[in-house]
Amino acid sequence: MTAHTKSSGTSWVGRSIRRLEDPALVTGQGRFTADLPANHWVRFVRSSVAAGKLESITAPAGAGIITAADITALKPIRPMLSKFNYVPVGQPILARDVVRFTGEPIAAVYAASKDEAEDLAEQVEVAIAETAALVDGSLALLEGAPLVHAEAPGNVIVEGRIRTPDFDDVWRSAHKVFRVNTRSRRQNAMPMEARAGHAIYEAATGRVTLTCTTQMPHLMRTAICDIVGLRESDLRVVAPDVGGGFGQKMSLAPEYVLLVWLARRLRSSVAWTEDRRENLIASFHSRDQHVELEGAFNADGKLIAVSANVIANVGAYSCFPTTCGVEPLMALAELPGPYDFRAYSCVSRGVLTHTCPMAPYRGVSRPVITLAMERLMDKAACGFEIEPTEIRRRNLIDKFPYTSATGLVFDEGTYKQTMEMAIDAIDVPAFRKQQKVARANGRYLGIGFATFSERTGYGSPAFAARGMEITPGWESVFLTVDPSGFVEARIGASPHGQGLRTTLAQIIADEIGIDPQFITVVHGDTDRSPYGWGTFASRSLVISGGASLLAAQKIRAKLIKMASHMLEASPDDITLKSGSAHVTGTDRSVSIVAMARAAYHQTHIFKGEIEPGLTEVGSYDPSGTFSNACHVALVEVDIATGQVDVQKFLVAEDAGLIINPMIADGQVHGGVAQGIGNALLEEIIYDETGNILTSTLADFLPPTTHEIPEIELHHIATLTGNSITKAKGLGEGGAIGAPAAVIGAINDALSAFGVSIDEMPATPQRIRAALRSSGKMA
Amino acid sequence: MSEKSDITLNINGRDHHIRVESRRTLVDAIREECGQSGTHIGCEHGVCGACTVLVAGEPVRSCLMFAQQAEGKAIRTVEGLAQGDEMHPMQRAFMDHHGLQCGFCTPGFLMLAVGVLEREPEISDENLIDVLSSNLCRCTGYQNIIKAVRSAAAEMRRS
Repeated sequence: MTAHTKSSGTSWVGRSIRRLEDPALVTGQGRFTADLPANHWVRFVRSSVAAGKLESITAPAGAGIITAADITALKPIRPMLSKFNYVPVGQPILARDVVRFTGEPIAAVYAASKDEAEDLAEQVEVAIAETAALVDGSLALLEGAPLVHAEAPGNVIVEGRIRTPDFDDVWRSAHKVFRVNTRSRRQNAMPMEARAGHAIYEAATGRVTLTCTTQMPHLMRTAICDIVGLRESDLRVVAPDVGGGFGQKMSLAPEYVLLVWLARRLRSSVAWTEDRRENLIASFHSRDQHVELEGAFNADGKLIAVSANVIANVGAYSCFPTTCGVEPLMALAELPGPYDFRAYSCVSRGVLTHTCPMAPYRGVSRPVITLAMERLMDKAACGFEIEPTEIRRRNLIDKFPYTSATGLVFDEGTYKQTMEMAIDAIDVPAFRKQQKVARANGRYLGIGFATFSERTGYGSPAFAARGMEITPGWESVFLTVDPSGFVEARIGASPHGQGLRTTLAQIIADEIGIDPQFITVVHGDTDRSPYGWGTFASRSLVISGGASLLAAQKIRAKLIKMASHMLEASPDDITLKSGSAHVTGTDRSVSIVAMARAAYHQTHIFKGEIEPGLTEVGSYDPSGTFSNACHVALVEVDIATGQVDVQKFLVAEDAGLIINPMIADGQVHGGVAQGIGNALLEEIIYDETGNILTSTLADFLPPTTHEIPEIELHHIATLTGNSITKAKGLGEGGAIGAPAAVIGAINDALSAFGVSIDEMPATPQRIRAALRSSGKMA
Repeated sequence: MSEKSDITLNINGRDHHIRVESRRTLVDAIREECGQSGTHIGCEHGVCGACTVLVAGEPVRSCLMFAQQAEGKAIRTVEGLAQGDEMHPMQRAFMDHHGLQCGFCTPGFLMLAVGVLEREPEISDENLIDVLSSNLCRCTGYQNIIKAVRSAAAEMRRS
């Protein structure tokens, strides 16, 4: 094992051990949903228009086709929130009477092969009387706009408002006010594996097993059983290897409901593998948020009040289980970020349009609100004629616990320290000199900073504050030492690339004194793993890790008790290490393998004082914590083409105790790359009729090795009391900070032109348009 | 369209006698008719490179080639990289340097990198980054893929 270890120490936690997941994945032995054979292949016939009345569906004679008329027993998907003026709307499994977005499933055809199903789908004729489509969130709010759902007047599906009592008084006392108008266009989380599902009916039991690309297998089971009318014991949901999710795979896809229903009807196996076009047009979208913000400062450059208006275009339906409130309500509560001010006024609305529904995406609105707050800071720095870092220094929180204007309690963090670390590492004065020289030579270099908080690992009270009918939060871990002495941890989280099989094994290994190689983490199968919430919201290592620690502590206590019987020693004298229990100061020991055997096969030796078996359960429902970081981007903008080159990226991060540094760094790298994609490249574009123009990866542009520079990482570890493992979680931070850092750097580079680039992605077209309108271009 | 013909695909040194339509893509034939599901499908329009395999030593997008076009040519996939229990240096390097997270794009990156390094063992860093820009990864931000390929390149040159 030492060969696999980059740093050594007495504990497994803190070491960059190789991932236990990897041998299968690098040898082609990974098992993904699309690898399963099936008797019937499904192809969905989708709406070719954004809005209209469904008039007729005509299929070739003898074709296997399912339409809304066949599935009247299936309830619509109707996610619920009890607060924030939420209007429940239903999403039919297949469109019934009307269509509400391009790509909405209208019918399912099935045949013996994928190719035959595709051919058949091509022959299905759908007549739709097209009606006016709404694409833009702001236009959907205009009086007289058509309604996407009759239940939601004005197309507002959710609306949160906050106004602190002192707001007007504080606002009147302002010395200077700065305005920003920021927008993130629509994205697709774009996991490399598009969605896929496979359902098989088992005649002997009447059960169905649905294998699908989900981040939340238990929630899929609950939702599908509610919709189809099944007992949860009659449906098994399996998330095998899942090729990335980033939020897109945490919501219920209507396609999966149809597969379960069809497998029962055909009493057979049915499968569907989405192609990339379907993924780009009809799988869940993300972002499409608009934040208008004003910040009032006193004469010392201290922010005293913020007023904001947030519009989140949530698409045509609300996603299960979080509801489409997840993004606008996150913006409402977390917009202040790590900045200290008491007076806050915000209206945040989720707006329905005839576009693909939204799911949460890595960062959940924070990439956009961070952009807004960081642009505010940069504009204020200009206004006060100080460095961008100095305005942040005057406003970042530094006394903990800190209660924000929205009532969030920040545990200890290092907001200023990470920024100072980043400033030192980048050598800002040297960069300013270099920038000046470059500008004299007609080259435009810029530096951008983003300082932000990343709320992680929050349990059920935090979600309950949003009024979610389905309130996530806790996790449990069932930990068993089996009679062979091997350890199995069954978890409710559902990792899909995060390396949790390795990091949880590291946590457990330290408690019970064995090598992580002997620990198997089982997840993603409702028959084998305990009910849990899956993997999202930077939660799994904190919450499932905490539950693993609690379960391992119980196993440890039991092993010590058993060893004290078997070795006739006091429990206080027993230590667990290297796979055995040892009596301190003697050479007496008993192996965990021998104790495991005894726990099942020799229970009489414990004289009834120890329960048989060796399984313990740990459950954890924490209050939540905040990670923090400072991101710095160095860019060069070509003013002739509008092209942006990110030349260097630096992250100074505090995510508490790092369980596996190699894995943690990988999470930051991946998040930063997605953030750079958000800032510069990725955009789902609809035309004004709601037809989608970006339906291939040649049009929707995720970054390649060319667009991502080397990312330099620095870590500080604040050991919080809000997480029992001391790990804070960091899955989303990369994606939260990077967009604001890159956009800030572009604006710094172009400061001579007096332009303000506040819209993402900052494509060459947008940058050139801003430069042309500045009147300062030759 | 649906007329089928008999062809033989040689994958990792083994002949697979299969019957496919002319429109059958190589990746579908590898995965379905030949049962080698380690090669993945990411976009089916030649952009993402998840389906990269080696055909006669060259990395190709197997979604852009018909199965019939690969007849008579040696096809190599991720399943053929390891020799028994001995992994290829590229596979070890991806594990050592955390060059994968979800693992979906990994077989394509492995085959791309192995194919290019076998052809051009002394490839410059700049050209390597250029070559690796052929494939998409959504998890790693490419940092550790580049590190892994550089490390494997050094090891492949030594052996």
